[in-house]
Amino acid sequence: MLSLNDILTLLPELYLTGAVCMLLLIDVFLKQDQRWVTHWLAILVLAVTGWLVVSGQPATPATAFGGMFVRDGVAEVLKVFALLCSGIVLVLSRPYMRDRELHIGEFYTLILFATLGIMLLVSAGSLLMVYLGLELLTLSSYALVALNRDSSLSSEAAIKYFVLGALASGMLLYGMSMIYGATGTLDLGAIRAASATSAHPTLLLFGLVFLIVGIGFKFGAAPFHMWLPDVYQGAPTAVTTFIGSAPKLAAFGMAYRLLDSGMGGLVVHWQEMLAVLAVLSLAIGNIVAIAQKNLKRMLAYSTISHMGYLFLGLANGTPEGYAAAMFYAICYALMATTSFGIILALARAGFEAEEIADLKGLNQRSPWFAGLMALAMFSLAGVPPLFGFFAKVLVLKAAIDAGMLWLAIVAIVAAIVGLYYYLHVVKVMYFDKPEGEPLSAQVDPSLRLVLSANALALLALGLWWGPLLAWCQRAFAA
Amino acid sequence: MITLSHYIVLGTILFCLSVAGVFINRKNVIVLLMAIELMLLAVNMNFVAFSRFLGDASGQVFVFFILTVAAAESAIGLAILTLLFRNRSTINVAEIDSMKG
Repeated sequence: MLSLNDILTLLPELYLTGAVCMLLLIDVFLKQDQRWVTHWLAILVLAVTGWLVVSGQPATPATAFGGMFVRDGVAEVLKVFALLCSGIVLVLSRPYMRDRELHIGEFYTLILFATLGIMLLVSAGSLLMVYLGLELLTLSSYALVALNRDSSLSSEAAIKYFVLGALASGMLLYGMSMIYGATGTLDLGAIRAASATSAHPTLLLFGLVFLIVGIGFKFGAAPFHMWLPDVYQGAPTAVTTFIGSAPKLAAFGMAYRLLDSGMGGLVVHWQEMLAVLAVLSLAIGNIVAIAQKNLKRMLAYSTISHMGYLFLGLANGTPEGYAAAMFYAICYALMATTSFGIILALARAGFEAEEIADLKGLNQRSPWFAGLMALAMFSLAGVPPLFGFFAKVLVLKAAIDAGMLWLAIVAIVAAIVGLYYYLHVVKVMYFDKPEGEPLSAQVDPSLRLVLSANALALLALGLWWGPLLAWCQRAFAA
Repeated sequence: MITLSHYIVLGTILFCLSVAGVFINRKNVIVLLMAIELMLLAVNMNFVAFSRFLGDASGQVFVFFILTVAAAESAIGLAILTLLFRNRSTINVAEIDSMKG
């Protein structure tokens, strides 16, 4: 039965749901030049939710609603960073959306609902909650991609995202139905207990394969990556920034819940499948990215390769491996907000700044932004002492600990290939002749502040990674 | 006598038909939406059959949620489709190819 304890455990999500509905209502009564009210209210709502997540965190993992909802350390870390990324995205996108007459309340409501979906997904204690959280996230994302109604490219990206996303959900559900059939329960903990003694091991394995396919689609790991480059390129850059950051944390949360909490007994089977996905993602992502002229598309292929690194940690199948993978997901989300944030800072009305050639001579036009972009590129490439380097070391160590030395070697070769296209961007910024006018004067001050803080955090966390890593490890230790 | 395996085979056939519908179809996006709907119905068939034969109600509860989400999903899919037709004047799958590489 419903108790006060259930409500308190679910308080951050309940607050966010109520607040988003209120925000939707308030926004209806605002005029276009009062949209800043929605903007700051949305950021306030995210901040309060974050405070509720941290302050109400129980000392030991708590469950609510008969085990449907789990509030443990993993959920706490992922929620805090998902809320942070959403907040960063909101601040970075305001000038971009304003210039394109897309500065509408729907943008804020949809991003907040997607964030709510992420929070429910990473706290899921049963297959039903995984499905519902995931759908809340993806349905909001489809609408966000199609937000620019008059853009032919946006609507094409949205329909591709929709069809492949729905296909992925279908695969995931089919896998869930088989697992339900083999174990007779929807609860993830009970599935784990029942999977050892299941009378239908073949059915369970079939279910697992479909789950992995669904997870691969949602991560955007090769060979299920077809939607990702088109969506990144076609969506408005502000939306791409969102899709590239917070949902990656959700994808990690979903994989952890399904594979460890649910299918932990079959670790030897899914370990190999994840290793195959990792190798394909590393190879396809890094090689195809070299040929790209469009910066958003190049970053999309770079995402695919980074999901390969993340799988290295996940495939380890122990708490240390999960901590490394979660650390990597957080690191990637922060690098994505920085690199797409630079595109948002350079874009103006009628100019998207999404070709690599648009960055030509950026150092002479705006040395500060060129420096931030160089930081992001070096961090993505994994150059010490930046954040991306240490995250890569951790996942490589996880792969070697799991006895997959060959996988670690593939990953290192892939990182060297990747260095080429990241450095190409740096070369274009610093050594090519400048084109276009200087832009320091026209950049929104709050965008400049948040983007600088975000990029410098990549450097700071590269030097002082200890506390964050300890937080990640503590989350899995319980 | 109809056994559990009959239902599972039927579910599998429906699922394979819908996957084939998504990948083979090169003409019309509406057919894609129909294939996706069929896929969810195949899953529902599985859940109801398992639920009935396991004597556990939670599978049937899941089906209600899938039906509800499927309705929301088709609403968004059709809205995007309308948008695509307004911008492109076509819903031919083969012509939706302006982004490549």
